[in-house]
Amino acid sequence: MSFDMAVEGPKLMMLVYGIIAFLGIIGLLLLALDRVSTRKDRWIALGFLAPAGVLLVIGLIIPLFRTILFSFMNADSTRFVGLENYLWMFTRPENQEVLFNTLLWVVLVPSLATSVGLLYAVLVDRAKLEGLAKSLIFMPMAISFVGAGIIWKFVYAYRSEEAGEQLGLLNQMMVWLGGAPQNWLLTEGLNTLLLVVVMIWIQAGFAMVVLSAAIKAIPGEIVEAARIDGVTAWQMFWRVTVPSIRPALLVVLVTISIATLKAFDIVRTMTNGNFKTGVLAFEMYNQAFVALDNGTGSALAVFIFVLVTPIVFYQVRQIRRRRQEAM
Amino acid sequence: MTTEAISRPVAATKKGPAVARVRRKLSTRIATVVSLVIALVWTVPTFGLAISSVRPEDEIKGNGWWNFFADPQFTLENYREVLFGTSATSGQLAGYFINSLVITIPSVLFPLAFCSLAAYALAWTRFRGRDWLYLAIFALQIVPLQMALVPLLQFFNIFGLEGAGGFAEIWFAHTCFALPLGIFLLHNFMAELPSDVIEAARVDGASHARIFRQVVLPLIVPALASFGIFQFLWVWNDLLVALVFSSGPETRPLTVRLAELAGTRGNEWQRLTSGAFVSIIIPLIVFLSLQRYFVRGLLAGSVKG
Repeated sequence: MSFDMAVEGPKLMMLVYGIIAFLGIIGLLLLALDRVSTRKDRWIALGFLAPAGVLLVIGLIIPLFRTILFSFMNADSTRFVGLENYLWMFTRPENQEVLFNTLLWVVLVPSLATSVGLLYAVLVDRAKLEGLAKSLIFMPMAISFVGAGIIWKFVYAYRSEEAGEQLGLLNQMMVWLGGAPQNWLLTEGLNTLLLVVVMIWIQAGFAMVVLSAAIKAIPGEIVEAARIDGVTAWQMFWRVTVPSIRPALLVVLVTISIATLKAFDIVRTMTNGNFKTGVLAFEMYNQAFVALDNGTGSALAVFIFVLVTPIVFYQVRQIRRRRQEAM
Repeated sequence: MTTEAISRPVAATKKGPAVARVRRKLSTRIATVVSLVIALVWTVPTFGLAISSVRPEDEIKGNGWWNFFADPQFTLENYREVLFGTSATSGQLAGYFINSLVITIPSVLFPLAFCSLAAYALAWTRFRGRDWLYLAIFALQIVPLQMALVPLLQFFNIFGLEGAGGFAEIWFAHTCFALPLGIFLLHNFMAELPSDVIEAARVDGASHARIFRQVVLPLIVPALASFGIFQFLWVWNDLLVALVFSSGPETRPLTVRLAELAGTRGNEWQRLTSGAFVSIIIPLIVFLSLQRYFVRGLLAGSVKG
């Protein structure tokens, strides 16, 4: 038995300290705020915002600018190198593979995950056992990318035919269909698509839940009117359902695109970026924390940031518009 | 809309009742088959993992997990080995399981508290620049984690925390990264509270701290639950933050250990299957029992990471 109290004790003590610190900080803060006699909201607000504000500055805002700075510096951030890291990012042959794979991920995952989610949401809507049916698709959302990676690595598992029976479901199906088993994850070109499948498997549930709620919110009169006009199921889907849920579709596509751009766990667990499966987020980790090159790592991070920025502007505009409408 | 419901009246108006019936049956059947196929693809891989994890080692390595149904052999040895085994090659996951717990609990509590405080100020106190501040925090949601890792790691190096103290770094990192989404979600919820309730308390002379504690907090419990579950799943399943900010087996969570096993012992399926299941089981229970709150959180709009 390796479960040793001498090892585990300090960790559990740490947890206790953590919780005490939590209670202490919150208790003192509320107590202090209670005592403040001023009626001026400004000072009270400052107290309420202080913990989050300090952490945001230390944990996100300062790092944001430092990373941008590092991206113009050398590996240990001691000397400015201009645009060298960015040139490296776009010219190194391996990186072109990485960029191409990332493009493949960002095109395939959002579109396919959303399609599957939408199709399933429409199919099971008001069906028997709808709740159960949805839970099944939704379940992978609770599983870590690492866990999902292992689950699918097992599906893709390969053994040469002399070594014995196949352990992976996919290869066994090949054998049943009379084909030869393949070493899927080593097959360049195909392997990236197989990793994409894992991400779709995780994200489709999210798409399904959001879209299903949107479908249920379509006013009954619209559906009824279309039905009286005698539309087919196909027309109903394209002319009524899809236009009515357009905003939700957009949110889902955008959210999954962002998640896909940042996903690195699947690649790391399943192929460790070998056999031409690297993607931006994985390469960023690799450069910054394996190759220990702050310059190239930061440049890659900045590039991911640049790719998601247009989305922020769009969303901020949406929120401001909604607020103005509310007023 | 089930296809059945859509096609019935349409077909009936255009063609004879017999044709309509055939058509309806056909489209219902296709719909059922398609949804069943999707449901199978989405569940069979996890199911196969679960079955494999209770098969004896020789069996797992001998043939595919579907053979379990022809020749059921059940054992918990894989779990005993992967959790408590003493050899360096076994998972020793029990310790990592504790690490995951020690990391997760404070990493959920701190953001819950800080986010609800900040969200309250943004929703119910008046000061200049409030709306801009809210938008700025919202926009921070989009900053990729990758942008913060290197500088934050350098910041932690100033303190040089060692051993179990390293947990504090991970809590700190997870708390920072949770704030933009948490403030956004809780703010949306708090802003919807009826203003007369809060105004009435103000008129009675209650301080903001008191209104927050006694009026607002009890009302936002559902929102706290959905954000709490969200954050729990995020932290428990996280690999990136843990890899960067944990320095040794003392603080590494399950995900890091599993990724390690998948890399170095890629074909020791008896350990990988049971190990993966150990890491999946807690979030799965939380998720299935509190799914309603989680869905509500998702629908409130969320982009994180």
